[in-house]
Amino acid sequence: MVAELGHLAVILALVVAVLQTVVPVVGARRGWAEWMAFAGPAAVAQAVLLTAAFGALVWAFVTSDFSLSVVTANSHSAKPLIYKISGTWGNHEGSLLLWVLILALFGAAVALRGQELPARLRALVLAVQASIAVAFLLFLLLTSNPFDRLAFPPFDGRDLNPLLQDPGLAFHPPFLYLGYVGLSMAFSFAIAALIEGRVDPAWARWVRPWTLAAWVFLTIGIGLGSWWAYYELGWGGWWFWDPVENASFMPWLISVALLHSAIVVEKRNTLKSWTILLAILGFSFSLLGTFIVRSGVITSVHAFANDPTRGVFILMILGVFVGGALTLYAARAHALRSDAVFSTVSRESALVMNNLLLAVATLVVLVGTLWPLIAELATGRKVSVGPPFFNISFTPFMVALAMILPLGAMLPWKRARLDRSLPPLTGALALSVAMGALVWAVQTGGGMVAPIGAALGTWVIGGALADLGQRAKLGKAGAAEIRRRLANLPRAEWGKAVAHAGLGILFIAIAAIEAGQREDIRILRPGETFAFQGYDITLQDVRVLRGPNYKAERAVLTVAQAGRPLAVLEPEKRFYPVQGMPTTEAGIDRGWTRDLYLVIGDRQDGGVVVRSFIKPMANWLWIGAIVMSLGGAISLTDRRYRLGAAAPRPRAAPVAAE
Amino acid sequence: MRVLLVLLAFLAAPAWAVQPDEVLDDPVLESRARALGQELRCLVCRNESIDESSAGFARDLRLLVRERLVAGDSDAEVLDFLVARYGEYVLLRPPLRGNLTLWLTAPALLLLGAGGAVLFIRRGRKTPVAPAPLTADERARLAALLEQPSGRDT
Repeated sequence: MVAELGHLAVILALVVAVLQTVVPVVGARRGWAEWMAFAGPAAVAQAVLLTAAFGALVWAFVTSDFSLSVVTANSHSAKPLIYKISGTWGNHEGSLLLWVLILALFGAAVALRGQELPARLRALVLAVQASIAVAFLLFLLLTSNPFDRLAFPPFDGRDLNPLLQDPGLAFHPPFLYLGYVGLSMAFSFAIAALIEGRVDPAWARWVRPWTLAAWVFLTIGIGLGSWWAYYELGWGGWWFWDPVENASFMPWLISVALLHSAIVVEKRNTLKSWTILLAILGFSFSLLGTFIVRSGVITSVHAFANDPTRGVFILMILGVFVGGALTLYAARAHALRSDAVFSTVSRESALVMNNLLLAVATLVVLVGTLWPLIAELATGRKVSVGPPFFNISFTPFMVALAMILPLGAMLPWKRARLDRSLPPLTGALALSVAMGALVWAVQTGGGMVAPIGAALGTWVIGGALADLGQRAKLGKAGAAEIRRRLANLPRAEWGKAVAHAGLGILFIAIAAIEAGQREDIRILRPGETFAFQGYDITLQDVRVLRGPNYKAERAVLTVAQAGRPLAVLEPEKRFYPVQGMPTTEAGIDRGWTRDLYLVIGDRQDGGVVVRSFIKPMANWLWIGAIVMSLGGAISLTDRRYRLGAAAPRPRAAPVAAE
Repeated sequence: MRVLLVLLAFLAAPAWAVQPDEVLDDPVLESRARALGQELRCLVCRNESIDESSAGFARDLRLLVRERLVAGDSDAEVLDFLVARYGEYVLLRPPLRGNLTLWLTAPALLLLGAGGAVLFIRRGRKTPVAPAPLTADERARLAALLEQPSGRDT
């Protein structure tokens, strides 16, 4: 019964979405205010209906209603409650329902919070949003209905893929979807602006918070996924250049570019048509990502053939929205004239460089991801494109980006002079060179990865601090004045410095873990000790134990340093009988400077295979991602986003001159 | 009972990447073997190198690589040997020949984009044409608007 109500709610949401696509557009064309205003309540109704539908599906998972085929295929009565809930989106049908739910929630947010938007723009934005919802609701109902019943329900389900039964991965998809779908807002605003033929600083100010929110969610989502891969996949990798990862990375890169170009539109009213293009591309990459993940076309051409209807349907959605948007863009973009004047050395130019590097880097990832498909279709050859290609082709762009970042972030708008903008950065520059030299001198063997990464990271972090320092007149003003200036600094400036520093942290962490990892593989018998990188590791015991829905073999290893006990690590090898699948649980001693990472393999010769890793600065990878998203969140609270651009101002009280 | 059997089968299954018995005694050869392992795809896996993979096939390839290295092959000879045997698909770094478009993507797009950026920046340097003066009509409307008490205007 609950499932039928959920199904009905999805159908009603589709009806509402169709009306929401048509009515406001007619209203906007004819100038009928009531018809335009229909978009708001419709968006809210859609969100309420889809929330109800999603609630019904969660209910079916929590109560283990095995008469639903999705629940049977992805759940089991013995599964812990949290994974019953996360199982709702741990499958194709449920994750699509979550996707459209989030789309509707964003729409409702515009309807409820977007009071300051001009009525026409608001109506058009919500109509575009609704048209995306129509496409995906049709996809859901026609090819992937989560509420399909089984004629003969089984006694129990087939369980969720055990790799997904993990706290890190339980919340990874919702965050990614918040990011993917959040970019649909920028897309809808871009289409609405093209239809209106008008892009101005106010438009950029409305678009930017949505893009910023989407970017923060994407950053958290990707970070969670990487964190999960690190401790779950058994050898501590944190990024694999897998097509599915690239699918989430490309929208992230484009959203970074969009965030920066929207600043230029907002402050200087130029770079407009490029910004519109980025807004279209951001969501197009989200759709492409959905297509890659959902159809399995890249990983294996055969998975695509298993269910051609789904793949073809998403491809059609992709074609209609991307093709339609780009056609509209080609027809209208020339109307977006820019008239700003700026010199070659200026913030504008630096942000153009930022966008150039990010856009080309994104396209390199795109071509690398699709190349196996292109090569096979064009010449029939089977080709692999793996991490060696991406590392070589992608990294130079990030190095260049980090090199120009601190300077670009401090250049004034319009006309800048290097002899004025460089001096505040001399400290950061000297520190970064010293850091690089120090790492180069200290490291034993190894190439230039660690020194370059350390120098770049220090440069970016130092640059962010120098920027704050200069704004506070550090070294020029008194302590009270500095405090006052820092307190009065707009939140957006704090957000910028924090996010950039997060990127610097990430650079250092990546270089450290890539260049400084140490590894050991051996067979250890109970009672045996071995020395590894200054640690004495002893295997105490290997025991078999039972979890709620798995069996495990757990090794108890004690770690001592210079005779003092440091940690007891208990890596496990688990087996989930329902899915017939083994997983590893690493034993990790986390630390500020390094992780000691132990995994166990087979029993061999009366012992067990133990792999040990030292992963330098591993935790700083996630700290960097957290700091970056924190910067975005701080920027989101900036005053200028809380106050609408066209909000009523207090009447003519004399304002002190700036 | 069946569960126990499956569990036993699992305990015997090959697992986790490079095994202790594969490691070569010569550390230089071994580090070359590890580096090569990261360049080679495990053909039966989803998207893993033979260095990461736990599949039996990956183990066979790892042993093969080490065998060739011990026999005195250079890194390039090992890769050629494997390509001759398993095809280009085994290489995670696609060779230049046949994949020129792929490798040229980054430099070509960068040059193209840099050209566009330079044009844009140069255009920004030009002083704009002074805006056309307002017509009498527009002046009248502007005056009327300025007269109005400024309230909520949407």
